[in-house]
Amino acid sequence: MASALKRMAAALNRHRWLLMRRTLQILIVLAFIVDIPELGRIAHGNLSSSLWFWNVPLTDPFVLLQSLLAGAPLAKTALIGAAIVAGFYAFFGGRIYCSWVCPINMLTDAALWLRQKLNIKGNLTLSRELRSVLLVMALVLSVITGTLAWEIINPITLLQRELMWTSSAGLTFLAALFLFDFLVSRRGWCGHLCPVGAFYKYLGHYGRLRVTALKSDACAGCSDCIKVCPEPHVLAPVVAQKALAVTDSDCTRCGACLDKCSSGALSMKLDFGGKSAFRGIPIVKS
Amino acid sequence: MTKPSAQKESLAVKYGIEQPARRKAFKRVFRHLGVAVLGTAVAQAAIFSRPARAAKILRPPGALPEKAFDSTCIRCGLCVKDCPYDILKLASWTDPAPLGTPFFVARQDPCRMCTDIPCVKACPTGALDPLLTDIRKADMGVAVLVDHENCLNYKGLTCSVCVRVCPIRGEAISLKPIQNERGLLQIPTVNPDKCTGCGTCEKHCVLSEATIRVLPRELGLGVSGANAAGRGVW
Repeated sequence: MASALKRMAAALNRHRWLLMRRTLQILIVLAFIVDIPELGRIAHGNLSSSLWFWNVPLTDPFVLLQSLLAGAPLAKTALIGAAIVAGFYAFFGGRIYCSWVCPINMLTDAALWLRQKLNIKGNLTLSRELRSVLLVMALVLSVITGTLAWEIINPITLLQRELMWTSSAGLTFLAALFLFDFLVSRRGWCGHLCPVGAFYKYLGHYGRLRVTALKSDACAGCSDCIKVCPEPHVLAPVVAQKALAVTDSDCTRCGACLDKCSSGALSMKLDFGGKSAFRGIPIVKS
Repeated sequence: MTKPSAQKESLAVKYGIEQPARRKAFKRVFRHLGVAVLGTAVAQAAIFSRPARAAKILRPPGALPEKAFDSTCIRCGLCVKDCPYDILKLASWTDPAPLGTPFFVARQDPCRMCTDIPCVKACPTGALDPLLTDIRKADMGVAVLVDHENCLNYKGLTCSVCVRVCPIRGEAISLKPIQNERGLLQIPTVNPDKCTGCGTCEKHCVLSEATIRVLPRELGLGVSGANAAGRGVW
């Protein structure tokens, strides 16, 4: 009995980052749709702009940027909300949004899980820079057409609207997205195409929350972390021991590497330069 | 492993290309630029060919003119949530309005014209103009008696429901007597300067299809022209 409990605790511990992430993602989705007795709803609106705890305005800076480029005048509430959101991600790291907040991440992770379960090998290789191309397109199109170009297809708010009114008009698009990640391209949407991810990547370029390898001599060089990483190139320098922290802003801080690493070499830390800034000569191991 | 690249470099030297790395970088940049330009052209065509907003799609009070509204509204739905009568909805792909923008359909559920205008207060971007503080100055559209053939008042009856339900009583719609071969008719007549386009008259029209309808102002009203014939000068 005790050993079973122990095993369960160990299993939970092995997935602690994934569990924390899923919990937060699900809580955020529920905050918009569930009425708590006596209190009502915690969050109103959707992820493009919302009101939290009846007072705190939050606005997606990418949506607001499209709106301003399309010709909208400045408005106080939206700017305050966008400043809060942008400040948070600029300080901690932009793509935290992708793995901790965005509900589409759950959909694409499910697609990847199924893809691995069924051992589907066929893969359409896309450039990871396509998302930056789509980001530029979304901004240019907003200027040209005077509407919020990405919001015409943005699956994030689409999913939220579908949930709010339990309508199904957008479900075909979400299903197509799932099938694309499942059958066509491995991590195709979040890892290659989504311009929201690209926007947050640039926004959080100097983000300070980083996967660090301060105990790098504990690393056995198994590269298991790279195998589970949604953006494997960000970990390469760390595994090659050319860097002590992941500094590439593609990193989503999902913690998959921390869950996977059995040697305890990796940790998630607020990093202000200092030790982990070391780069250059690889550490020679005996 | 090194053979192909060595071969490539020798080809580069053979054809006098001095910096293959730079050439590669240019190629990469231009490929992305090509994708971006092509994609923008196609997407722009797709965006411009979207269906226009249907006439029955009415915006909440204080909404900016349709073009400005389309760029200023960030599709968050805070107005929808603050409407105490739940008349508003964000457009989905099957609704004839830009995706995610709020609207109501008068025949289904008209605007109740709350005096504190909570939807306008909820808007974070000013797409619903915060300068609108008097709901009687709202402009969601204008009521037009579109069908004279079927309107009961035109048939000589005194239904007059539209006049009686109008929240701007006696001002926005009133009965104007007209004498014709059927006798004295009481004709519901809209004063466009007072009508806010709330849609209460359309909602309550007793016929199975309303004969009085709220239309966006540019569809519902004529504008007197620049020349004597009443038309705009070409």
